[in-house]
Amino acid sequence: MQTLSLDYKAGKPPPRRALAGVVGSGDLEVLLEPGENGRSTVAIKTSVEGVKDIWKAVIDRIFADVSAPAVALEINDFGATPAVVRLRIAQAIEQATATDDGQQASDA
Amino acid sequence: MNTSELLQRQSFVELSARARVAQLLDGGSGRELLGPFERLTSPWLALQDIVTQSDDGVVISRGTVDGVDVVIAAIEPAFQGGSMGEVGGAKIAGALELAVEDAANGKPVVPVLLLETGGVRLQEANCGLAAIAEIHAAIVALRAWVPVVGVVTGPVGCFGGMSIAAGLCSHLIVTREARLGLNGPQVIEQEAGIEEFDSRDRPMIWSLLGGQQRHATGLVEDLCDDDVRAVRARIVEAVQSGDTAPARIENIQAFETLLAAIEPDVLAEADKVRAAFEQQANHAGAFS
Repeated sequence: MQTLSLDYKAGKPPPRRALAGVVGSGDLEVLLEPGENGRSTVAIKTSVEGVKDIWKAVIDRIFADVSAPAVALEINDFGATPAVVRLRIAQAIEQATATDDGQQASDA
Repeated sequence: MNTSELLQRQSFVELSARARVAQLLDGGSGRELLGPFERLTSPWLALQDIVTQSDDGVVISRGTVDGVDVVIAAIEPAFQGGSMGEVGGAKIAGALELAVEDAANGKPVVPVLLLETGGVRLQEANCGLAAIAEIHAAIVALRAWVPVVGVVTGPVGCFGGMSIAAGLCSHLIVTREARLGLNGPQVIEQEAGIEEFDSRDRPMIWSLLGGQQRHATGLVEDLCDDDVRAVRARIVEAVQSGDTAPARIENIQAFETLLAAIEPDVLAEADKVRAAFEQQANHAGAFS
């Protein structure tokens, strides 16, 4: 098991927390909680050793937009590919920022 | 199932445990107990360098199903094979024990158990087994007041100590894809040899342990398609039945007679097993 912590600049925290995925083969679990204003953190636990650089590249790209919602992510990974990582994080952010009518909030 | 039915079908098996619960409960009635953000994870997996899941693979939710108060316990089959660890097991046992208290206080809550599990989590050994024993005791206690509904839908099946929990339920619902048995195929092969049971022979495995066979031999009440609406409809019927009839396992004598009649040196085949069950049922009354 390998752990990894990353830190990014961000916009405002989203209104609620969200969960996406399960710790199953080729999948991962993302726990999203509203972060501090202006800062996103990502804590990763993964069953796969030696892929720290890939994780950093994938997460860097997701959080490259400094106006993205400020979130505290906790990731429990069981061998997800980068595409699945992006998908699950996008699902969690979508749930956390969606307005009551199911649309994305305009500042998200 | 014809083509248009197949296209309209929404698979229950392909949903995660949490999504299954959301589909079963009446809209807006659900309240998850000890949810993922409580972060009650397995202390044992972490010690063995295995990634944990924030709910330890068990979703507990109170709510209503067609107006009936229920508590659903759903095991996530994708996480560690749906294995029962100390924490996940204790969550189910605790939920059932609370339901016993509620029933005793005149507020019946019907438990619905989604049992997609390979049994005890080997990494947690006795701690998981202890929790499974508590689950058994709580199911037996609950049956005096309410029906206890068990559901097995997916190919993970329901094995080990949790298959006993399934056997203790008053109403068991399965699909054709589901499997139910005390020992899983690989365990049988390892212990008794490949001549006895070839764990790679999938048609043979499903012919003996599969949902259709278990339904044909009267060990489960309902066989239904892998479809959210179909599964939910069967669960609605079961929770509304108020059925607290004695469990099939209380008919121990019928099972003992059947076991005594089986010749262990003859390889089991689906048809022969069905015939033996049928003969026993005609002779000494049904198993259910």
